[in-house]
Amino acid sequence: MRIPLSITDNIQEWLVSMMSESAASYVAMIIVALIYLGIFAIAGLFLVLIERRVAAWFQLRIGPNRVGFQGLLQTMADALKLVSKELTGTDRADKFLYNLAPYFVIISALMALGVMPFTKEFQAFDINIGIFFLIAISSIGVIGILLGGWASNNKFALIGAMRSGVQTISYELSVGLSLLTMILLTGSLQLSEIVEVQKGGWLIVQGHIPAIIAFMIYMIAGTAETNRAPFDMVEAESELGAGFHTEYSGMKFAYFFLAEFINMFLIAAIAATVFFGAWLSPFGITESIPWLGVFWFLAKTLVLVFLMMWFRWTFPRLRVDQLLTLEWKYLLPINLVNIVIMAFIVWQKLIIQI
Amino acid sequence: MQETTTINNNFKSEEYFINMGPQHPATHGVLRLLLTIDGEIIKKVEPDLGYIHRSIEKMCERDSYQQIVHLTDRMDYLSSHINNEAVCLTVENALQLEIPERVQVIRTIIGELTRIASHCLWWGVMGMDVGALTTYFYGFRDREMINDIFEETCGARLTMNYNVPGGLMWDIHENFVKRVKDFVAHFKTKIPEYDRLLTGNVIFQKRTKGVGILTKEDAISFGVSGPVGRGSGFSCDVRKYHPYSALDKVTFNEALRTEGDTFARYSVRIQEMWESLSIIEQLIDNIPEGEFRVKTNAVIKLPKGEFYQKVETARGELGVYVISTGTKNPYRLKFRSPGFSNLSALSHMATGGKIGDLVATMATLDLVIPDIDR
Amino acid sequence: MGYFSNIFNGIKTLLTGMSITGKYFLNSRKGAITQQYPDNRETLKMFDRFRGEVIMPHDENNEHACTGCQKCEIACPNGTIEIIWDRGIDEETGKKKKKIDQFVYHLSMCTMCGLCIDVCPTDAIEWGQNFENSVYDRTALTRVLNEPESKVRAGIED
Repeated sequence: MRIPLSITDNIQEWLVSMMSESAASYVAMIIVALIYLGIFAIAGLFLVLIERRVAAWFQLRIGPNRVGFQGLLQTMADALKLVSKELTGTDRADKFLYNLAPYFVIISALMALGVMPFTKEFQAFDINIGIFFLIAISSIGVIGILLGGWASNNKFALIGAMRSGVQTISYELSVGLSLLTMILLTGSLQLSEIVEVQKGGWLIVQGHIPAIIAFMIYMIAGTAETNRAPFDMVEAESELGAGFHTEYSGMKFAYFFLAEFINMFLIAAIAATVFFGAWLSPFGITESIPWLGVFWFLAKTLVLVFLMMWFRWTFPRLRVDQLLTLEWKYLLPINLVNIVIMAFIVWQKLIIQI
Repeated sequence: MQETTTINNNFKSEEYFINMGPQHPATHGVLRLLLTIDGEIIKKVEPDLGYIHRSIEKMCERDSYQQIVHLTDRMDYLSSHINNEAVCLTVENALQLEIPERVQVIRTIIGELTRIASHCLWWGVMGMDVGALTTYFYGFRDREMINDIFEETCGARLTMNYNVPGGLMWDIHENFVKRVKDFVAHFKTKIPEYDRLLTGNVIFQKRTKGVGILTKEDAISFGVSGPVGRGSGFSCDVRKYHPYSALDKVTFNEALRTEGDTFARYSVRIQEMWESLSIIEQLIDNIPEGEFRVKTNAVIKLPKGEFYQKVETARGELGVYVISTGTKNPYRLKFRSPGFSNLSALSHMATGGKIGDLVATMATLDLVIPDIDR
Repeated sequence: MGYFSNIFNGIKTLLTGMSITGKYFLNSRKGAITQQYPDNRETLKMFDRFRGEVIMPHDENNEHACTGCQKCEIACPNGTIEIIWDRGIDEETGKKKKKIDQFVYHLSMCTMCGLCIDVCPTDAIEWGQNFENSVYDRTALTRVLNEPESKVRAGIED
């Protein structure tokens, strides 16, 4: 098994000079994992901050602006506070599963980041089943939520967890199928290939109408996948208090919280990769400067993240049965028809190429 | 045949019991609901009261009639002025005092402003209960303007105690008319915004239409009043049928819907904001000159007998029933609070719905728990 | 085609809602209604009638207008006001006259109903606009409103 670790080529060569090749590849993997962990723990905290500022601006408020310049250190301070908090638990909770749950959630969120193509060279794992891997990983998180809600020995948490199960199983289909629609265009699951295809125009342009429909379905289903409003049935604070993480405190709560934001970033990042050409600059304006790819990737992702925040701070929450109606009566049939249309377009070569 | 039953029994779900409240975000205070739930479907709702009972009615028996007024601020704190007015009207009617027109007009204007303020808060919280958090801030922004008007004229924002038996504590502030006009102009542009943000939203409509239905017959038999009753087609506006203060001088339509569901109650309140604006507009330009207060005895003694006065608060019909034995304290004072009767219909409305429906239904009841418990 | 018109109408209402919040987002710089409270202490001015606490104004001769008639004490629904009084000799007329020793005001019990100020015949007490009433020790909420050595202004009769 050889997994190409393109960004670590230099590290790996240097390591190979010191130890055997297999040992070097493991050490390199660990180094990369630690780098990613560091970057995204911090990035997650900043996403929380962005969410809070954006929410404040939607709501005629100012938002956190006290800790550090314009509140930049606010979430760091929050995280510090959470670290110092006591880890409480409920009586007669299933202690093992209760403690295990947050790790399921946070690890699955962080794992998926490994295949994200931030720029041409900056991609930890470029596996040939990239999209498939992402979809698979993103559904592990729900196990953590189910475990957490069930093991808490709290009925509100249990209701939240069961809702989460129902919701994720349903919306997984739409996420998968809408991405599958785009796979028809690229003919590859590998993320670097998908980006390569888009040099002739972003997929949302290439695939025009069915691609736009697929994008809309993806954004709706993706928002539901991350359990964010208007699909926050899992938390639904006006119904269930805090839902599945009612009984969590301190750092365990922080894991759930952070995972939600990293998942949001992931969903947006996948959309940016599949629909908007990942690190490709619009019309290739900065093609000569490769490292600007990171900037374009983040810019596209953050715009989509902002869109999800806009949803959250505008719409009321759906009821749990309406959530399923939306999926099974609207998104899924449309999606299936959309795939057929896309297949027809690909077959007849009606793709818009620039 | 026997076999199928066994199989079904194996899959039989179990009903379970949940305490919703007294500390729960959707119960807006310390209301406790004992829910019996089958999965998501509510089988039984039992409200449990008494967490904020302060025995206001008993305290009223101790206090003089001037002092009773300030206690009513603390019942339905969102329509405190209207509560004050109810007690003052009872006392004034019992004493057969002639109240100057100026006082009546000012009371009505502030009463309608209170109603708008209450509905603004309700709108924000309604949005929040169905999950749209932003509405809360928009509602509060507009309510803030009214609170500023109150603060300038009455000295307080919530528990105003601006009425005294015989008139008002002070005359209106010189900026009052201008500020009210500014507010009316401002708010007229904001209600359409409310409609576009929440009322028209497809998710909101799906959440509220056909949910928590209360028929007209049920509404009457539960003794429901206010917007909740009018959402069920029960024409019960005290302002229309027993006009008090200056309400007989204005024309307004009673907001009435016949569907009886959550959306109907929502629409009634939105419509009521428009009607209140129109009442204010009719009165604000010609507040008559005159005294803002008539002299009463320092110790008010009501004649022996029983007196009843009802007013329309933002939540419904508030009745004040005084039994006097001719002393300076009432022998018994009973408040017929709107929230209590409205809450009694909750169990009927929410049974069979989902948890989300219960929350949405409860939001349109617009419960203020201190009003229910007193 | 109710199915598709449902979808289109639904999306339209959602976009309408987003345009409202979007508009506020773009105007967030000047639209914010937040008051950054401890920072704006200098500019934060309460309305004249604001009921913060009951105060007893004294003039430059350290004289107040309270005759000790105790009407406020009777009017108060909560027992917030206690007047400790004595009888002294009036310097001009030589008659015995009621005068206050201490005007005790329990802010912790006050509901700001305003009945005491309303009933005061000599306007000796009035509303103060101070709203920062929190203290670390609740005994600090029991205040004596008349200054030490102060006396009633000449010519004030109830």
